[in-house]
Amino acid sequence: MAATITPYPDGPYLVRGDFVVQDQEGNELRTERRTIALCRCGKSKMRPLCDGTHKAIGFKAPSTPEQWPDA
Amino acid sequence: MARRLIELPPPRGPLSEELFEALRGPPGTRLAPPGHVEPVDPVGDEDLQLALYVGYELHYTAIRGVDERWERSPALLAFLEALEEPFDAAVADLVGPSEAVAPAGVAEALQAIVAEDPGPPLSRYLEARGTREQMLEHVIHRSAYQLKESDPHSWAIPRLPPGPKAALLEVQFDEYGGGSSERMHSVLFARTMAELGLEDAYGGYLDRWPGVTMATVNLMTGFGLRRHRRGAIVGHLAAFEMTSSIPNRRYGNALRRLGYGPEVTHFYDEHVEADAVHENIAAWDLAGGLAAAEPEVAADVLFGARALLQIEARWAQHLMDAWERGETSLRSPVPLAA
Repeated sequence: MAATITPYPDGPYLVRGDFVVQDQEGNELRTERRTIALCRCGKSKMRPLCDGTHKAIGFKAPSTPEQWPDA
Repeated sequence: MARRLIELPPPRGPLSEELFEALRGPPGTRLAPPGHVEPVDPVGDEDLQLALYVGYELHYTAIRGVDERWERSPALLAFLEALEEPFDAAVADLVGPSEAVAPAGVAEALQAIVAEDPGPPLSRYLEARGTREQMLEHVIHRSAYQLKESDPHSWAIPRLPPGPKAALLEVQFDEYGGGSSERMHSVLFARTMAELGLEDAYGGYLDRWPGVTMATVNLMTGFGLRRHRRGAIVGHLAAFEMTSSIPNRRYGNALRRLGYGPEVTHFYDEHVEADAVHENIAAWDLAGGLAAAEPEVAADVLFGARALLQIEARWAQHLMDAWERGETSLRSPVPLAA
């Protein structure tokens, strides 16, 4: 199954399907779970993965694309 | 991992005494519903919570000397219902009046509910100042749930419509180890207990848990076993996942500060990563999905979330108060290896 990336409201990106997360050197981030959460607020202490910190900092972002520039 | 088998513990009052005595005999005999069950504080009542916990355990485990067919004996169900009534009423009192919620607003309402967690700062305290004895006590309390982690929520699976059912399964598949029993969260917790020198057998500390600890588990079992509370068990799980990542990081930090290594902290570290995934699925796809499909249970979703936070707050306050007094938070202290 192709990877799907879903931004959750006020939360992380959930990644499902066949995917690999790697750094610029090509080192793979090992994960044993089928679904992972990538940090979207920037404040996780285990980036690129989400650690729930977005709740503590009041991160807000919609699931649907934001419109830019404002109409 | 050994099979589940618990012992009937010593009773703590007339309810548990009558129940345990009956359970030693053939199913259905010698058990009449108790007359008036009106404890002053059902949530913290030792006798009521123990009787309810052991009665519910028939759904989860074998009990030595007890015929397994007691599980669905009408006499047992009537007895347990008489215990559920005052407990349910006490939980409803703690939760307070419910507000109307539009199904589309359920996930956002859950975010607001967990942002106002009424509990004391237990995980912050343990991270910063908790002693080894207090951390081990915390683990022993939590074993009431975590040696059967996820099981109470799995009762909901057949009761959900397809979208929320798929969401719950996505969470539960990960909770149960993603196809590997070694990664199953209950198995990880047993390993943490063993590494800490604690008894890791299912129910091994049943006699040491105070009533309020068993109330945290009876709450979810009661929601899970009754189909008409499917909204509540879903809300319970969502709020549980939404309040898990950050405290589990702190518990891991507490154990690291006390000198323990990854073999002990793995359970907690795993939960930081796992529950950061689960909370989104649970709030939006599971809870929001159920409210959209069955709007009549939307309010009960929020009730389940609030009930979790209230009962957890009561439990956490019990620990903090006991430690403040310099006492054990268990019914009797656990002798610790040096």
